[in-house]
Amino acid sequence: MSTAISFEGVSKTFEVKGRRVDALRDVQLEVERGTVFGLVGYSGAGKSTLLRTVNALERPTAGRVVVDGAVVSELQGAALSRARQRIGMIFQQFNLLQSRNVYRNVAYPLALAGVPKAEIVDRVEELLEFVGLTDKALSYPAQLSGGQKQRVGIARALATRPDILLSDEATSALDPQTTGEVLDLLRRANAEYGVTILLVTHEMDVIREIADRVAVMQDGQVVETGSVYDVFSAPLAATTQRFVSSVLHHVPGADALERIKRVHHGRLVQIHVENRESNDPFLSRIARRHDVDFNVVYGGVSELQSRLFGTLTVELLGDDLDVEAAIRDIREATGVSELTHA
Amino acid sequence: MRDLDLEALLPKIWAGLAQTLQMVTVSFLLAAVLGVLLGIVLYATRKGNILENRVVFGVLNAVINVVRPIPFIILIVAISPLTRVVVGTSIGTEAAIFPLTIVAAISIARIAETNLVAVDPGTIEAGAAMGARPLRVLLTIVIPESLGPLVLGLTYILVALVDATAVAGVVGGGGLGNLALTYGWQRFDFFVMATVIVLLIVLVQVLQLLGNLVARKVMHAR
Ligand SMILES: Nc1ncnc2c1ncn2[C@@H]1O[C@H](COP(=O)(O)OP(=O)(O)O)[C@@H](O)[C@H]1O
Ligand SMILES: [Mg+2]
Repeated sequence: MSTAISFEGVSKTFEVKGRRVDALRDVQLEVERGTVFGLVGYSGAGKSTLLRTVNALERPTAGRVVVDGAVVSELQGAALSRARQRIGMIFQQFNLLQSRNVYRNVAYPLALAGVPKAEIVDRVEELLEFVGLTDKALSYPAQLSGGQKQRVGIARALATRPDILLSDEATSALDPQTTGEVLDLLRRANAEYGVTILLVTHEMDVIREIADRVAVMQDGQVVETGSVYDVFSAPLAATTQRFVSSVLHHVPGADALERIKRVHHGRLVQIHVENRESNDPFLSRIARRHDVDFNVVYGGVSELQSRLFGTLTVELLGDDLDVEAAIRDIREATGVSELTHA
Repeated sequence: MRDLDLEALLPKIWAGLAQTLQMVTVSFLLAAVLGVLLGIVLYATRKGNILENRVVFGVLNAVINVVRPIPFIILIVAISPLTRVVVGTSIGTEAAIFPLTIVAAISIARIAETNLVAVDPGTIEAGAAMGARPLRVLLTIVIPESLGPLVLGLTYILVALVDATAVAGVVGGGGLGNLALTYGWQRFDFFVMATVIVLLIVLVQVLQLLGNLVARKVMHAR
């Protein structure tokens, strides 16, 4: 696989009334062609600024951004214009032209690219069919729902058959049901047209739904990056852990843990479970061998990218030495962490 | 008591109406073209915009700020030498059209500029992201997007022009307003005045309705 976008030591400092804001600090990141890549982080982390360097709406103060071999961060004039026609973009507030109907909104980038009129008609028809708005061609944006507006936005962004689609919080203004529909559409665009999608969101659910890979941003830096499965199943950075626990409830929070400890006085361990190749019922095997009892007090298992993973919080009851031996055996089979000391 | 009966009055009212309509339409059309162009220049020469130019913006802005607060009746007199140069005379309906056009154009310039500035920056950014260069963005996004509210602003000026034509009587501009003033004020003929007032009300209502209709047509807001 080749690289669609690479951020090479990208920094951006805004200067507002003598105050300096380091929106991006030395970001190093590569986005593979054909993937859906998510950028997640709290508000102000620098996600939008990073995304906007890809089509040079924002210019880095240091470093460079390379898209399909071209250094977009240094392009100007007509060359920049042509590069932008290869990069679609959708927005949180849709940014449709209110004075044009749906048809003419979608036709806009085609006319800009110099596509002949007859071809535009066919292409717009095709796009409206793709986003399911054939019957709304003559409606104006003010007459559409939020979800419909974003679908027009997607049709417009895909019109010139771009290699890359940028999405800045495209579902953040939509309700959960509509968000699902829009994400489905993006997934289809990725699958059917092979467009590389770089999407910014503050919602971990969106990442889980659609992304292949994810980068977590904080204070202008990428603090963690990896496949969505890896990041969700074993988050490393504290920010990532907070984001993951906002959507997955596999481990008890501080309050729940307090309550558990008040009731359960045995040794508490967290056992990592994931897709296992073997059929070995290792927990009951170990329990029988060491004559200890397992008491599951908390837990959760999720499926991501067709793989299972989760965590069980378990109380071990039995003779101290037996419990110790049992923990050793479990550790051989999978990941374990201790919540109490004997 | 009345030195005018209805039969003698009617032709005068028709003539007044015709003069008013002539003054309003001609000055409005001229002012709309001139004012919108000036508004676009103001917008484009603003800081950070495509034709950024501090001198042009500064001068235009100052002229508008100076002329706008001058009461119309004073402006007519003040610019009458200029009127004589441009129109050839400073008396009569045609001569009244010149100052009417000037005040209307200056107000329209400001209204157009305000509406252009108010265009959602998101749509401008979307245009840039699609690869539209600044001039293209101005012509195909900023101006069309500002048109809806601009039509409402233009309607406001159209109605204000009807009002201003009454004052144009000062330079012999004639019109309905002048008729009402001459008969109502100088001869205490309230019948003539009432007739003219009713006509003016109807005229303003029709113009407002027309403006709203056109605005709805270009705004597409439901
Ligand atoms: N045009 C700008 N001028 C000044 N500061 C900006 C500008 N754009 C973004 N910033 C600042 O840069 C930081 C990152 O912003 P942004 O990229 O929008 O964050 P996010 O999208 O993650 O919420 C914030 O502190 C923000 O205030
Ligand atoms: Mg943002």
